[in-house]
Amino acid sequence: MSHQLKGQGEEGGGGTRGRARSGSLGTGDRSRRSPSMKRPHRAEKAPVPRRAQPGQKKRTGGSPGSGSPRRKQAERRGRRELLGDRERGSAEKTCGGRRKDGRASLREQRAPSKKEKEVRRKEEMWKQLKKHRSSSVASSTSSGESLSEEELARILEQVEDKKKLIASMRSKPWPMARKLAELREAQEFVEKYEGALGKGKGKRLYAYRMLMAKKWVKFKRDFHNFKTQCIPWEMKIKDIESHFGSSVASYFIFLRWMYGVNLVLFGLIFGLVIIPEVLMGMPYGSIPRKTVPRAEEEKAMDFSVLWDFEGYMKYSALFYGYYNNQRTIGWLRYRLPMAYFMVGVSVFGYSLMIVIRSMASNNQGSTSEGESDNFTFSFKMFTSWDYLIGNSETADNKYASITTSFKESIVDEQESNKEENVHLTRFLRVLANFLIICCLCGSGYLIYFVVKRSQEFSKMQNVSWYERNEVEIVMSLLGMFCPPLFETIAALENYHPRIGLKWQLGRIFALFLGNLYTFLLALMDDIQLKLSNEETIKNITHWTLFHYYNSSGWNESVPRPPLHPADVPRGSCWETAVGIEFMRLTVSDMLVTYITILLGDFLRACFVRFMNYCWCWDLEAGFPSYAEFDISGNVLGLIFNQGMIWMGSFYAPGLVGINVLRLLTSMYFQCWAVMSSNVPHERVFKASRSNNFYMGLLLLVLFLSLLPVAYTIMSLPPSFDCGPFSGKNRMYDVIQETVENDFPTFLGKIFAFLANPGLIIPAILLMFLAIYYLNSVSKSLSRANAQLRKKIQALREVEKSHKSVKGRATARDSEDTDKNNSKNDTQLTKEGTAHHSASQSLTLDQKAQGPGASSSAGKTVLPASQHLPVSRAPGVRPDSGQARPQAHPWRSTSGKRAWRPPH
Amino acid sequence: MSLLYHMTSPSVLSRILARSISLRQSALFSKNKDCTFFTRKEIMRLFYRYQDLAPQLVPLDYTSCPDVKVPYELIGSMPELKDNPFRQRIAQVFSEDGDGHMTLDNFLDMFSVMSEMAPRDLKAYYAFKIYDFNNDDYICAWDLEQTVTKLTRGELSTEEVSLICEKVLDEADGDHDGRLSLEDFQNMILRAPDFLSTFHIRI
Repeated sequence: MSHQLKGQGEEGGGGTRGRARSGSLGTGDRSRRSPSMKRPHRAEKAPVPRRAQPGQKKRTGGSPGSGSPRRKQAERRGRRELLGDRERGSAEKTCGGRRKDGRASLREQRAPSKKEKEVRRKEEMWKQLKKHRSSSVASSTSSGESLSEEELARILEQVEDKKKLIASMRSKPWPMARKLAELREAQEFVEKYEGALGKGKGKRLYAYRMLMAKKWVKFKRDFHNFKTQCIPWEMKIKDIESHFGSSVASYFIFLRWMYGVNLVLFGLIFGLVIIPEVLMGMPYGSIPRKTVPRAEEEKAMDFSVLWDFEGYMKYSALFYGYYNNQRTIGWLRYRLPMAYFMVGVSVFGYSLMIVIRSMASNNQGSTSEGESDNFTFSFKMFTSWDYLIGNSETADNKYASITTSFKESIVDEQESNKEENVHLTRFLRVLANFLIICCLCGSGYLIYFVVKRSQEFSKMQNVSWYERNEVEIVMSLLGMFCPPLFETIAALENYHPRIGLKWQLGRIFALFLGNLYTFLLALMDDIQLKLSNEETIKNITHWTLFHYYNSSGWNESVPRPPLHPADVPRGSCWETAVGIEFMRLTVSDMLVTYITILLGDFLRACFVRFMNYCWCWDLEAGFPSYAEFDISGNVLGLIFNQGMIWMGSFYAPGLVGINVLRLLTSMYFQCWAVMSSNVPHERVFKASRSNNFYMGLLLLVLFLSLLPVAYTIMSLPPSFDCGPFSGKNRMYDVIQETVENDFPTFLGKIFAFLANPGLIIPAILLMFLAIYYLNSVSKSLSRANAQLRKKIQALREVEKSHKSVKGRATARDSEDTDKNNSKNDTQLTKEGTAHHSASQSLTLDQKAQGPGASSSAGKTVLPASQHLPVSRAPGVRPDSGQARPQAHPWRSTSGKRAWRPPH
Repeated sequence: MSLLYHMTSPSVLSRILARSISLRQSALFSKNKDCTFFTRKEIMRLFYRYQDLAPQLVPLDYTSCPDVKVPYELIGSMPELKDNPFRQRIAQVFSEDGDGHMTLDNFLDMFSVMSEMAPRDLKAYYAFKIYDFNNDDYICAWDLEQTVTKLTRGELSTEEVSLICEKVLDEADGDHDGRLSLEDFQNMILRAPDFLSTFHIRI
């Protein structure tokens, strides 16, 4: 926004300046061509007859006698009167000077009140203080007009300068009174020497443009605000960031991102699978797979059963088993099995795409910031306070966030400076890694051992409670004790906390993989068991149905009513079992997380806070203290939870809906918990610019969760009596079926051709080659980038040292000139007050005009301006005049003495 | 008039009175327009704001150009400024004698510089003056310390503050004289991505 803003401002300013200049150029030409024509024209316009006199005087001033001092003085006085007169009438006719200011309405200007005249008088008094200045102008101009072409040219130039001054008056760093005075003077000057001008049209256009520019800026601002408001939880996250630093906020940003992804998945699954089935599929209770079996009917509505996702829950659209294998449903002839399969595939496709895309965009963002590295602290100090803040609560947050960001930068700075004893650090790091690898291997072996044992236990009868739950107990013990152990070991490594967090994340991730492994293994065993039973159940079902319809003892003439769906014996439907397993896991994970937060953070905080009054040691500073926010644990929890969702969503379409709810509540709950019962980390550190590490872990989990799903889809036969693919040999047969039945035959041929391994293998090879090529290109580019950055850094260093040498030299120079000019100082102190700020503004102007000249000229003037109230003192004039040929606008207005011969 | 003030709320009254003299006023203020980044309407609005700050002090009829100053205490309590850690500096920089008491012209000046139409150079110049606490035309280490303390409400330790000041000088001091000149400051602020958007008061 700021850039656009600036651009607009500059555009507006440039426009004014340009127009003013072009206007004066035109008049300049005109007046140059006929200088004598101009004056009578102006004289006849003058309302007061007295004014004609000085005008005539001026014309006669060309005679050689005008050189006499007395006469000149008289002339000056006359001129001053003329100025006074003109001032009164200026409201009507200053359009020449003011035309760049289009917002002025002429009607207003034509109605000067009495009061205004009073103001004028007052300002006239102020003006008399500077009379020698204006008189000097008068003298120089009066002699100039009559004298020669160069003088005339110089006046024209001056007029032009004045116009520029008027145009840029608002961006001069002067107090208002001074600006007003300068403005009036410049307007008079311009009006006097410019004569009548064509005006009116440009003015209106300009006004219109300014109005539009303002409107546009306002619209932009509003739109930006609107956009910010549309980002959910932005304020909450900003709040957390300001108190806990960007690292904690990065978790919440990740959570929000995850919520967005899940919303899309939810829309996909609900819109394309669940809603069509519920609206157009066969209703509940019509077929066996949509009915609760007779044996379960009694307890099907009990809460404890529902809580376990059994009973009515199990036979609802939340799970795979509910869907019918009808090829098309409803009047839309919606191909549900096909849609089910495609949605299952596209859930993974979309997730992969979005993760990779966000990783790529994060990378792009991180390379573009180069400049701000050089001025981290300066920018924080001078631009971090937002002057727009007008609310004490926001201000408090801003204070906190500035403090936090300073602390973050300090940590970074300290880490970058810390370079003591490389060998020791290296040794400690190797040692720590060794210890942690030992831990991981040990726990891996332990898991393997326990899983083996549990497989043996599962075959035995009457096992004890411990033996049945051994795997879970070991897993949760490992999950409880290993992360703190890793953290303790990581303290040896002495990494920057940001890098430390990454290591910690990676290690706990490796530990959790064991968790995943055991879970999947148990699940696979379960599936195999169910699949082996399926054949017998299938036979039983057929047998039952056969006997039901063919049994004796029923009137042969009347066909028997169909068997009630609840009575039909049915298979175990392993897909629904898997879905239920994931559903349970997700819900219990959510509950465990919330309870941990409630107990571990909130109750602990309450205890520490309120028991501190009556306890024998300081609870807040001592042992329990408040909890810190566990970034690594929370991030990994989120990532693994997402892995569960990806794995389970194919077999339990409702899982994504549950997950959306979970993320939503978790956002509010954790935000509240963090703000209410956690304390910031001891070393608040800045999150890495791109949270690509989180994304990388997520990608890995996505890949890992893709494997079992792909395996089950590709190599396990679907259940015979439940789900959209029942009756098929493999689930992916649905594609083949659609291609054969619904597509024209040549398309089927093309598909068959594409599926040919002779085509697929070369395609894969080609892809590998492309990846290799792109990778090498990006590597070389990033190397070039790094080199360029280094070069810029080196250049900056050189420039700095160069400047410092130069600065010292000029400082010495200015001291010399200082001494020389000390006598001028006393002489000119009258003007001092007026010129003090002007001399500063001069340097400002210069820099704006010529960056090239500023390094040399600015250096010479700047120290001088501090000591010399008048920077245009004769002593420094030669060099400064050379250095800034463009500094006229200022010089011509306040430095009229330029026209006086140097004494 | 004073009786009226007691009867009705000053702002309402000011609106009523303002209508009657707004024509004259606006003619008067139209000259300020060339010196600020405001339209005449905005100047009138600012004038009412100014008048509202001290209705007893500032006459509604400004055509006689009275020489009144609103004390800093009232300026600093404006909602736009009251939460700003640099409000005193802002008022001092824009006031005539550096005491923070402002005339209407100073007031207009201040908001003109802070408006979003003001160019970067002008803003940078005044920002420099604001951060130059001891008015010596250089931002020295002491000024930097003041700035940091104000920004963080003194929540950083002295070592941290001095480290920050050292780093700032190291980064931005182009001529290694141990303090930031206006040129150094402008050089630095020119590259700041969000200077324009933060150094800005909306009114």
